[in-house]
Amino acid sequence: MPALPLDDAGPYVAAAYLVFLALVLIYVAIMAGKLARLQRELGELTELAERRDRARHEAADGEPVSP
Amino acid sequence: MFARGLRPLSAVTVALLVGAFALVFFYAPNDADQGFIQKIFYLHVPLAIVALCGFLAGGWFGVRYLRTRDRAHDLRAYVAIHLSLILAVAALVTGSIWAKAAWGHWWVWDEPTLVSFLIVFLLYACYQPLRFSIEDPERQARTASVFAIVAGAFVPLNFTAVRLAESFSHPRVLSATGGSMPGDMRITFLVALAAMACLFMTLWKYELTSKQASMQLRALKRRLAADDDPWVPARRSAAPQQL
Repeated sequence: MPALPLDDAGPYVAAAYLVFLALVLIYVAIMAGKLARLQRELGELTELAERRDRARHEAADGEPVSP
Repeated sequence: MFARGLRPLSAVTVALLVGAFALVFFYAPNDADQGFIQKIFYLHVPLAIVALCGFLAGGWFGVRYLRTRDRAHDLRAYVAIHLSLILAVAALVTGSIWAKAAWGHWWVWDEPTLVSFLIVFLLYACYQPLRFSIEDPERQARTASVFAIVAGAFVPLNFTAVRLAESFSHPRVLSATGGSMPGDMRITFLVALAAMACLFMTLWKYELTSKQASMQLRALKRRLAADDDPWVPARRSAAPQQL
């Protein structure tokens, strides 16, 4: 088959590289979503740990500790 | 454990990818037969090679899991196969785009290289549903490892069978004679291959690190929540849930 002229071949080459770029970007976006979920869970854990600390202080002092 | 060297590896990957694309479009000459459309090969062939190597790596980690029963190897195998599937999708799509431009068809069913790659892809597409179908983590890891080893052994067999096929119209890039690529095209191809391999390694380590952090957080959450809520249900998943 004869070589396609640049005008005809260009869109195909661009499409192939754009597919690759799109896949990498989608992957990065999914990973960013997972990172955001990790951050949210870390926040929940921090809150849980603080609650437990407060409860421990209350139990040790015998009176409520202001938040 | 998995994050070691991730930052320099990411920097090398970005440099190699930018360098490879610069070489493809500004250094490598147009192919005498195919013209500009041949530029797709610098993307398509490394994608296919790295995907197949990733499948083989999955088999290798499957062997290591069965020998040591270390869950980290199961996780490594899972992420390697997961990423290889993504690269294989990219290889199939870019190959189809090239085929449409060069042959006038999106897909040719009597071409051994294309069909064998599709068979390998479909075989590995069963990996995640297989994992998801097994609830017991120990059995899931064991069965997935056996699958990864058997399917991994199929990859070189398939590759050899295609090489032995007498009739094919798919161009050969790597052959005993060096694929008849001139020096500047070969350098560009090798840089593109190295860039793709580094991209795979970076994403592999990135995802392993993310999954490990997620597992550690879940374990910590269970420990902290134990007093308030003793029953934290485990979510069913195809991915390994603990190390």
